Amino acid sequence: MFGRFKFILGGALILAAVVYLIVSSTSASAEYFLTVDELEAKGESIVGRSLRVSGAVIGDTIQYDPETLNLTFQVAHVPGDNAEIEAQGGLAFVLHEAVTDPTRSRMTVVYTGAMPDLLRDEAQAIMTGHLGEDGIFYADELLLKCPTKYEEAVPEQAEGN
Amino acid sequence: MLPDFGYGILLVTFLLSLYSIGAAIYGEVTRTFRWVETARRAMLLTFPLITVSTFVLMYLLATGHYEIQYVYSVTNNSMPLYLKLTALWGGQPGSLLFWAWLLSAFTSAVTLRKWDRDREFLPWVVVVASVTLAFFLALIIFFENPFWRWFLAPGSEQPILAMIQPAGTQAILPGDGQGLNPLLRHPGMIIHPPMLYLGFVAFVVPFAFAIAALVTGRTDDRWIRITRRWTLWAWLLLSLGLVLGARWAYDVLGWGGYWGWDPVEIAAFMPWLTGTAFLHSVMIQEKRGMLKQWNMLLIILTYDLVIFGTFLTRSGVLSSVHAFAQSAIGPMFFAFIGLTLVTSVALLIWRWPSLKAEVEMKSMLSREALFLLNNLLFIGILIVCFWGVIFPLISELVTGQKVTVGPPFYERATAPIFGALMALMAIAPLSAWGHSTVKTLGRAIWKPAVVALVAPVMMVIAGFVNVVALIGFYLVALVVFVTLYEFWRGARARQKAQGENFFAALWTLAGRNRRRYGGYIIHISMVLMAIGILGIEVYQTETQQSLAIGDSIELAGYTVHYDSLAQFQHTDGRWVTRAEVSVFKDGRFLQTLAPRYDVYPDGQPMTIPGLRSTLADDLYVVLVNWEGVSASVAPFKVYHNPLVNWLWIGSIIFILGMLVAAWPEKDTEAVAVRNRKAASAGIQAM
Repeated sequence: MFGRFKFILGGALILAAVVYLIVSSTSASAEYFLTVDELEAKGESIVGRSLRVSGAVIGDTIQYDPETLNLTFQVAHVPGDNAEIEAQGGLAFVLHEAVTDPTRSRMTVVYTGAMPDLLRDEAQAIMTGHLGEDGIFYADELLLKCPTKYEEAVPEQAEGN
Repeated sequence: MLPDFGYGILLVTFLLSLYSIGAAIYGEVTRTFRWVETARRAMLLTFPLITVSTFVLMYLLATGHYEIQYVYSVTNNSMPLYLKLTALWGGQPGSLLFWAWLLSAFTSAVTLRKWDRDREFLPWVVVVASVTLAFFLALIIFFENPFWRWFLAPGSEQPILAMIQPAGTQAILPGDGQGLNPLLRHPGMIIHPPMLYLGFVAFVVPFAFAIAALVTGRTDDRWIRITRRWTLWAWLLLSLGLVLGARWAYDVLGWGGYWGWDPVEIAAFMPWLTGTAFLHSVMIQEKRGMLKQWNMLLIILTYDLVIFGTFLTRSGVLSSVHAFAQSAIGPMFFAFIGLTLVTSVALLIWRWPSLKAEVEMKSMLSREALFLLNNLLFIGILIVCFWGVIFPLISELVTGQKVTVGPPFYERATAPIFGALMALMAIAPLSAWGHSTVKTLGRAIWKPAVVALVAPVMMVIAGFVNVVALIGFYLVALVVFVTLYEFWRGARARQKAQGENFFAALWTLAGRNRRRYGGYIIHISMVLMAIGILGIEVYQTETQQSLAIGDSIELAGYTVHYDSLAQFQHTDGRWVTRAEVSVFKDGRFLQTLAPRYDVYPDGQPMTIPGLRSTLADDLYVVLVNWEGVSASVAPFKVYHNPLVNWLWIGSIIFILGMLVAAWPEKDTEAVAVRNRKAASAGIQAM
């Protein structure tokens, strides 16, 4: 019976090690996914924490200095949940609404690095970084999604039809 | 009409696969073999039928039938023919059809084998294969139909997708299509999905036999022996699919790496983990009659992870850089995974007592115990991956707050497990079956363990003191020494016993024990890959800077000098911005690189790095973005990726090892039978 116990103990130790790895790595690298509204509501309490925020890029606010690679822009609040975005009429529509609605909460983002290809008006930006005490979001990583302009759209008819 | 024809064939095939499920079960229950035989033939027919349907779709893709929504969404007039044809798997509906096609090819091939010895498996293999096929066909027919045309009701903006034109609507007849996402117009992307899918689909075969073994109660290792080669090929293709995807990311995405722990990547990686564990543990069942329940569990998990992987890559349920469309088939996939998992596990529990080990595992250091440990480690990595993928969903359910984990999570949590796996690769070949002690194992391993210290010692002398890298390269060296020593020892023994020369002995040795020595070659390939991964993970450096023509960037001893910039329009309509840079090291000119930045007519950009690749390191130069930059000043990003080439070299050695392991041998049983017959004929002659 001792033989069996030995193996069960060994298995339990491995399981414990895996659980430890998962728990410690999760707490060390968890990123809170917030919307701009939520960020504003939480304010000071989350300064300095690792965050991931999504928002709609406002094209007019993009400032980029190619010499220093300093990039600043503003994003407007969009819902964080995909289902909610779909329910409101799809990503392209939601982004357009967010950018054109002046009452939406906005946030300034600062990023150092070459301007990403897809950073343009009405793109969805997903930024990883932290909120500074000045209320500016300092992004370490910038991911952009552009809804394809064809989405749900009806194409041009071929000539002669 | 051609689309209707293609669709009609799919309907017929769907009914046919339902028929083969029914006929196989009826035949089995009533013990009328005629019915089982018709079920087999029905399944055999699915392959030619789906082939016709697939060819119809490929024809429609190649000839620009944009009245079909799928054709419109993945092709356009300017795409070359080979891209139009491979657009078959460029979107969700086509991919599903492609999946079903491959599945029917594999399962039809299985039905053609000689069944004499395994008649009782046949009906259940047919049932499992047909259920899987019917599920995919149903998805295509009812939810994601690549043959749907589109129509517009008057006054509506929303197109209607249908096979038959609804009354009062107007057909949409575009003159040109939208075209395949440019990022997917790459050779890597043309081969990567089929490889991955072949690997996915091939795992259905061992699963079908496993279920057949459970249902019939023939739970010896017969099902494993039958499917051994299928499993090896499935694993090879899946591995190649993963490597090709990595290479594609490295060549096209322009972020200096090849693996981003993206949910879609992990989705393909998870069945690979269970499949690898399975590949190891079946050896224990064949050799020692142990781990039978465990093997069943692994193949069930692999099958459902394959389905889950197909679902993740194709449903858009998790937001991911892979821009796949959202779709309505998510609930169907979940229902199917749930159903197959519950059914399979119920069968397994039912047969649990008959799957008891024939011998009890005694020693913690025996070869079989180390194999079990290897399995547990693979499952450990699986749990880490699964947790990372579902963590955002769980945290949202529990706290209402979406919390994600990124690459640092996976790297932190899996690195020690990968390290332990490497240590096992070094230790396990030296351990004995049945019984090993610390003493016997220690005697076998102390020499290579000491010799392998050369690697970290040399690194420290050269000034590399990163602990992860030191441990990693020590393990790499240890595995290489132990494995080469195993080859040497085996060949030496043969050389002495048979009087062959060393290389002949090595050749016959590997030829006689293909799986063992093929496996060792694969171990070597894995540690070569580990060299590349350690190099990029620990020692990658990067810098970015805007350069005026004539300026330079320095990184890791290299000087990248910006020479010129050219902009022109390619014949397929994209605007190409191409920089030329000269690479110098220690003042010596090495090479001219041409990083590119392409913008397609639909606005989709693509960043192609300029790459100088050597065995020691890669210099990866990216022209980041030229928009808003005057022609003379351009921002560059430069990555220095030490040793990363070993990742690709390792994958080539990996294929070699697989070929050694999986190359068809003479059917050993047939040989045995022939020998016995020859012997008895000899006796009669006397």
